[in-house]
Amino acid sequence: MLEITCPFCGPRSETEYINGGPSKVNRAESPDGFTDSEWVDYLILAPNPLGPVKEEWCHIMGCSLWFTITRDTVTHEILPSPETSNE
Amino acid sequence: MAKYSYDHDKARLSMQKYSLFSLACKTLNNHQGWRQAWRTLPLKNEYEILIIGAGGHGLATAYYLAKYHGITDVAVIEKGWLGGGNIARNTVTIRSNYMRDESIPFYVKSLELYEQLSQELNYNLMYSKRGMIDVIQTYPKLREIKRRMLSMHLHGSTYKSLDIEELRRQIPPLTGGGPDSRLPIISSMLHTDAAVCRHDAVAWGYARAADDYGVEIHQNTAVQRLLKGADGSIEGVITNRGKIRAKKIALAVSGHTTTLTDTVGLQLPLRTFNLTAFVSEPVKPLLDVIVNCPDLGVYLNQSDKGEIVIGGASDVGQSFRRDIKQDVFEDSVRATLELFPSFKRLKLLRQWGGALDIAPDATPIISKTKIPGLFVSAGWWGGFKAIPAGGLTFAHLIANNENHLLNEPFTLDRFDHLNFILESGTTAH
Amino acid sequence: MSKGSRRLKTGGEIDRSQIINFEFNGTQYQGCQGDSLASALMANNVSLTARSFKYHRPRGIMGANSEEPASYVELLGDAASGSQPITTIVLREGLRAKAVNCWPTPSFDLMSVNQLIKNFIPAGFYYKTLMWPNWHFFEPHIRRIAGLAKAPERAPMSGQYESRYWFCDVLIVGAGPAGLMAALTVARSGARIVLVDDGSLPGGDLLNTKELLNGQPSKIWVNNVIDELDNLKNVLRLQESSAWAYREQNLVIVTERHPAPKQLIQRTWRIRARRVIIASGAIERTLVFKNNDRPGVMLASAVQAYINRYATLPGKRAVIFTNNDSAYQVAEDMIAAGIEIAAIVDCRKDPAPTHASPTGDIVHKTNHVVTKVVGRRRVRAVNLRSNATGDIKTIACDLLCVSGGWNPTVHLFSQARGSLRYEDSLSTFVPDTAAQANVCIGAAAGKFGLQEIFADALEAGHRAAIDCGFKILELSAPIAQTSAPYSIEALWHSNSDDLSASSFVDIQNDVTLHDVHLAIREGFGAIEHVKRYTTGGMGIDQGKTGNINIIGAVANQMNVALAEIGTTTYRSPFVPIELGAIAGGREDSAVLPYRHTPITQWHKDYGATMYESGAHWRRPGYYAKVGESLQQTINREALATRENLAIYDGSPLGKFEISGQDAIKLIEMLYTNQFSNLKVGMGRYGVMLTEDGRILDDGVTFKLHDDHYLMSTSTANAQTVYRHIQRFLQIERPEWRVWITPLTTQWSNATLCGPKARQVLSQLNSDIDFSSHAFPFMGLREGTIEGIKTRVCRVSFTGELSFEINVRSRDALKLWERLFEIGKPLDLVPIGSEANHVLRVEKGFLSLGHEVDGTADPYDLGMSWVMSKQKADYIGKRAVKVRRGQNRARRELVGLLTDDPYRLVTEGAPLTPDGKLEASEGFVTASVWSVARSRSVALALLADGRNRIGQKAYVRIKNDVIPVTITQPCFYDADSELMRS
Repeated sequence: MLEITCPFCGPRSETEYINGGPSKVNRAESPDGFTDSEWVDYLILAPNPLGPVKEEWCHIMGCSLWFTITRDTVTHEILPSPETSNE
Repeated sequence: MAKYSYDHDKARLSMQKYSLFSLACKTLNNHQGWRQAWRTLPLKNEYEILIIGAGGHGLATAYYLAKYHGITDVAVIEKGWLGGGNIARNTVTIRSNYMRDESIPFYVKSLELYEQLSQELNYNLMYSKRGMIDVIQTYPKLREIKRRMLSMHLHGSTYKSLDIEELRRQIPPLTGGGPDSRLPIISSMLHTDAAVCRHDAVAWGYARAADDYGVEIHQNTAVQRLLKGADGSIEGVITNRGKIRAKKIALAVSGHTTTLTDTVGLQLPLRTFNLTAFVSEPVKPLLDVIVNCPDLGVYLNQSDKGEIVIGGASDVGQSFRRDIKQDVFEDSVRATLELFPSFKRLKLLRQWGGALDIAPDATPIISKTKIPGLFVSAGWWGGFKAIPAGGLTFAHLIANNENHLLNEPFTLDRFDHLNFILESGTTAH
Repeated sequence: MSKGSRRLKTGGEIDRSQIINFEFNGTQYQGCQGDSLASALMANNVSLTARSFKYHRPRGIMGANSEEPASYVELLGDAASGSQPITTIVLREGLRAKAVNCWPTPSFDLMSVNQLIKNFIPAGFYYKTLMWPNWHFFEPHIRRIAGLAKAPERAPMSGQYESRYWFCDVLIVGAGPAGLMAALTVARSGARIVLVDDGSLPGGDLLNTKELLNGQPSKIWVNNVIDELDNLKNVLRLQESSAWAYREQNLVIVTERHPAPKQLIQRTWRIRARRVIIASGAIERTLVFKNNDRPGVMLASAVQAYINRYATLPGKRAVIFTNNDSAYQVAEDMIAAGIEIAAIVDCRKDPAPTHASPTGDIVHKTNHVVTKVVGRRRVRAVNLRSNATGDIKTIACDLLCVSGGWNPTVHLFSQARGSLRYEDSLSTFVPDTAAQANVCIGAAAGKFGLQEIFADALEAGHRAAIDCGFKILELSAPIAQTSAPYSIEALWHSNSDDLSASSFVDIQNDVTLHDVHLAIREGFGAIEHVKRYTTGGMGIDQGKTGNINIIGAVANQMNVALAEIGTTTYRSPFVPIELGAIAGGREDSAVLPYRHTPITQWHKDYGATMYESGAHWRRPGYYAKVGESLQQTINREALATRENLAIYDGSPLGKFEISGQDAIKLIEMLYTNQFSNLKVGMGRYGVMLTEDGRILDDGVTFKLHDDHYLMSTSTANAQTVYRHIQRFLQIERPEWRVWITPLTTQWSNATLCGPKARQVLSQLNSDIDFSSHAFPFMGLREGTIEGIKTRVCRVSFTGELSFEINVRSRDALKLWERLFEIGKPLDLVPIGSEANHVLRVEKGFLSLGHEVDGTADPYDLGMSWVMSKQKADYIGKRAVKVRRGQNRARRELVGLLTDDPYRLVTEGAPLTPDGKLEASEGFVTASVWSVARSRSVALALLADGRNRIGQKAYVRIKNDVIPVTITQPCFYDADSELMRS
C-alpha cells in the first residue's frame, strides 16, 4: 500500500486512487491516418519495464484529478517528477 | 567430513524407478542409494532448441519435445533455481471451468493429462481430484456460471448444481452468507473435474523425466539478452555464463517475457502484475473441496499438510516486486471471514506474491513471433492448471513450426484484428 | 509429582501471592501472576508437553519466546485458537489448553507408532510412492494425521477486533536495551514515536539476565525509561504487540494482542513511519546431534529466562553444550539458582579467555561435542565425544542446555528487502544494505555486547531524530557491568551424518540432518529446494532456531561457503497472526458497503425482495403477494405495466451534468452517434465504446440548455463511465472547457409507466404540460410537481408510455408516496427488476451483461444507425473498423421462439449447429416468459444470425436439444408506437 501524493490534495493512501496504467502517447486527432496495425499497436501495447515507468493515477476518492507519476516497478519507489498531466 | 560425490556422468539414461518397493530397498541402506533427480552437466555453446525458464511450462515443454517429437538436444536454462518462479508460488488449483469454446477444450486436455501424470512421470504429484464449489451470491454471477456450465458440457467438462443445504453439508465451516447477511448465498455449483496437486512436484517430476530423455537443465543461468541474426531470425542468447546459440528459442518466463523480448525490440501486448496468496497455520482436515467465492473475490483450499491456502485479487499497477499490498490482502481476509467466520481465530502463517503477465484480453499466448525461431508461451496469469496442455502444444508448435489444434486460438495474430477472447464475460481488466 | 516443586523461593518477575488456576491436558494446575503457560508447567514439573508433527516423538519446552519449535498447544473455550507456542501464552485464571497433534495425551500418544517406520518415510518419501491406484486413495488418511491443532469451531463469542492507521516519525521495534535506549533518545527530541514490543513486559533480554546497569539491577533502568516514555505525549507504546510485516514505503503492520479496552480481542495497527529502527534482538540457535529434540534439551537462553524471570528450575543436573561464549553467563546463573552443572561442553579448542574457566570445579570439556542424548521421555544422560581422540564419554543429567550461537532477528529488515551478508566472525547472517528508511541496531545488527548495544542505539536514535528534523538533547547510556566480547566457532552438527535420522535441524517439522543430506544427494541442493523438499523451516515457528543450521549443513555437505548458499526468503508474518485481527472488525456491509435509495424502506415495507443489482445498489427484485409463485409475481407486475399502470424506483441510474463551451465536443467523442443537432429540451439514446471498440455503456443524454447536458448511464457502469470521461478529458483533451458533475445520488427518480401513466400526472399539481404534443417522447421538462422541483424525462425502458420523474433525493419519498396515493385507485403496481427484465426483452432493448458481453459491437446488435457516418471520429470508431475489416462471421442479435411455447430456455445456454455436442455458434442472452405474447421468448447472439431469420436453430442444454425459430429481436410493438404515444 503506497502513499501517493496527489498534486491537488497532497499525500494520500493508495486506496484512494485508481491506476490507469502506463502513460501512452496522446491519442491522435485523426485515427484514420494510421494503418490498422499501427492503431492496434497503439491500443494493445504498453511499456512493461523492470524499473521506472510513467503511469497515470486518478484520485478518485478525492478530487478526481488524473496525474502522472514515475514509479519503479521493482522497488515501488515513486521517483520525483513534478509534472502532472493537467492544469 | 564425508563428501558426497555427484553422479555427473550417468552413462545410460535410465530413470531410477520410484515405488514402494524401491523405497523399502533404499531404506535398508539408509537411503544412500538414491540418485540425483536430474543431472548437472557442463553447459554447451549450442543446442537445437533452447527453452528459457525452468518452471512448469518450460520443463513440460522440454519433456514433450523429447517424448513426442524425439528432440533431445534441448537445454532448459533458468536464472535461479528450478521450479522457482510462479510454480513455486501459486494456489495449486487445477480446473477447466471456462466459458469460451476457444478455452474449454484446452483446459479439458490439461486436466486429462494431469490426471495420469503421476504414473506417467513416475513421480507422485499428489493429484487430488476433489472438486471445486463455486459459492454464488449475486444473480449476474449465477447467470454467468450457468452459461459456463452449459458451454463446458459441450466439451466434456462438468458443473453440477448444489442446493444450499448440500453446500453447507459439504463445507461445514461455511457458516456465513446467510439470508440476512450482506450477500446471501443464492446458489452453488460443483465443478467436479477440479483438483489440487503438489505444485513443486510438478516441476520436479517434469524435470526428472525430461532429464531422463537427455534434456539438459541449467540452473543459475540468467539470460541477459536475446540475439538476432543478420537475417532477422533468432540466433541465441547471452547469459551470465556466456553465449549460447540456438536456432529455436522458446520463452516460458511468465512475468518477465517482455523483459527478454524488449532486448530484440519485440514489443508484446503483456503487462506484469503482482498476485498474492497466503496460508494459515496447519489444522486438522475441515475442507475437502476447493471453494471459490467469485462475488467476494477469494478462493481457498486445504493442503494435505493442513494449511488453508487462500488467494484473492491482484494488486493495482504493474509490478515485479512480489510484495504484499496490505489493503488488497486485508480485503481478501475480510472476504474469507464473511463466509468462514470461524476462521477469525485461525492464524496467518505465510504469504507471498508472484509476478504474472496478462494480455489485453486476459487469455494466454502460445505463439510464434515476428522473429523467426522465437516462440512465446506467456500471459498465463495463473498458469499452473495449464502446464501439461501448455507444454504439449508449445512443444508441438516449436517442433513443427505449426500450431497444435488446441493452441490455435491463442496465437499473437488474434490481436491483428482485435479478436479478443474474453473469459470474464464482460470486459478484460 | 509435587506441585510447585521446581519453583524458586525468591526472585523472578512473578507474584507468588497471586495464584492462578489453569488446566493442561485435562489436569488442573496452579501458577503465579507473571507466569507463561510454559513456565507454570515447568514449575509444576511437567516436562513432556508435546508430540512432534511427523514421527510423534515426545517433546518438551525448548525456548522461552516465539522461537519455540517444539511445544504447541491449542486453547479451549472462547479463547479457542489454532496452535500457539506454549511459551508465548500469558497465564490467566481459568486458562484451558491442550497439546496439539497427539491422542490421547502427549505422554501416551497412539500415533507414536510412526517412530517405528521413521526410516521408511524420510523427506519427500511421498513423491516416490502412494501413486497406485492414485493419490486420492491415500489422501484422506494422510490428511488426518497431518495438521496440528483443530481449527476453532466458531468465531469468538464476545469481543471484537479493531484496526487503526497511525503515522509517526520514528517506529522502534523491540523494547530491549537497544530499543529502549533508541526510543528514549528519539522521544526526548520531540519526534513522534511508536515503540512496539513483543513481550508481555518491556526489557527484552534484560528481563532474563542479572545484568547490572549503573551498578543497580537493570530493572530499575528499564522502569525509569518506561515511566519517562509513558509520560511523553509524543510516544505511543504498544506492549505485547508483534510487528509482523514490513511493507513498501515504511508501512509496518503491528498487532496488539491484549489492547486496553476489555471488549477488544486484538487490534492491528498500520503504522507508516518516516524512519524505522529495528531493535528486534537475536534468537539463539539450537545444535544438531542425535536426539537433540528430547524433553530436557533446551536453549541456554531459555534456561536463563526460566531461572531469572520465572524463578523456575528447568532441571537439577545440567550439561551445557556450546560453540560460543554466551552460554557461560547462563552457567553462572544456573549455579546461583542451585542447578548442578555436570559439564560445560565446548566444541572450541580454546574458548575466549574471559570465559575459559568457569567457576568452581565444573568439568569443562573443550574441543568436545555432545553426540547423543540418552533417554526417551526425558534427558537421562548425554554422550560426549572428544574431537581430539574420538573417545566417547557418558554424563548423567536431566537437562541439556544448548547454544549454537545467535542469529540477529533480521526478519523485518529482510521483508523490507534489505540485503543480508554472512558474517564469519559471528557465524550468521547480518543486515547488510537497507532497502528502505530503516536501520537494525543492537543484537539485530549482530552486536552482542551490552555497552556496544547502547552506543549503537544512541547513535541510531540521534540520526533518526535529526533525519526527521528534530533537535537532540544530550543523553548518555547507562554503564553495563559486564560487557563481554562474543566469539563463536561455527558448528552445524556434531556428527557428519546420522543414519538413525534423529538429529533434527527443524524440530517442529521433524526434519533431520539425514533428510537434508538426502535432498542434496537427489539434486535438491538449492536452499529453496532443500526447504521445499524437506519442509525444513516451513513450520509455524518458520524455523527461527533451525534455519541457519540447515544452511550450514547444506554448505558443509556441498563444500561451499554459507554466503554462497544464502538464506531462504523471509516472508511475513514474523509470527502467526489471527485472521480476525487482520480483518480488524470490519464485517458485513462494512466489507462491502451497499447503497440504497430514499425509497428503500418503503419497498421493504411493501414486501419487496431486495437484492444486489450492480454498483452495490440493493433494489427490489419483485414484490410478491401471498400465495403467488415467483413467475406469477413477475407476470402480474409485467402485465400491469403493459395493460395498466406501474411504477418503479429508477434512482440508481447514473446521472451526470456536463457543461461548458466544449461540452458538445466531448459528448460527440464519447458517443458513436451524433448529438450536435440535438434541440434544447430533448434527449437522445447513445452508445459509448471503449477505445478498443467494445461497448462500454448506453444511455440517454438530454440537452438542458446550450452548452449544458444531462447524461444518464446504466446503473452498474456509472462509476466506470465517469472515470472514462474524466480520463479522456484530463489526459487527452485538457484544453477543453468542460465540467462534469456526478449527480447519481443527488437526484432520485420515480418512473411511471403504462397506458395510464399520463392519467396520474394529470391529477398532480404541476406547471408542466404532460400532453403528448407539448411533451414529446425523448423530451425533458423542468418544473414543479406538488411543489417539488423536478426534471421529468420521457424515456422508456419498458416500451410503454413512461415518465421518469427526477427530484432531489430528499424529496423522493414524498413524491413516491404522493404518486402512489393518486395511482392507487387506478391499480398502480410497483414493479421490480425481474418484471423490468421481461419488459425490456420483449422489446429487444439491450442490457449490459446480457447482450453486451464484450464481444458484440453495435452492428452486431442491429444498431448500425447508431454508428454515425457523419462524425470524423469518436472513441472506438477506428478499432471497430479494424475488427470488422476481416472476413469472419459475426454473432448477431436475434430473437428466438422455442417450438414448444411453454419451454423456457436457460439464459446463457449455447446454440450449436444442429444441436450437436460441439463448439457453439451462439448463445442465449436472455430468456423470459412474455406476458405480451403469452409464450416464452428469447434473445440470442448467433453466428450470421440476421441472415438466418425464419430458419431453425438449436439450443443445447446438456443432453437436451431444444429447437427454436430465429426471429427479429423484438416481440412487442415493433414500431414502438406505444412508448411514443
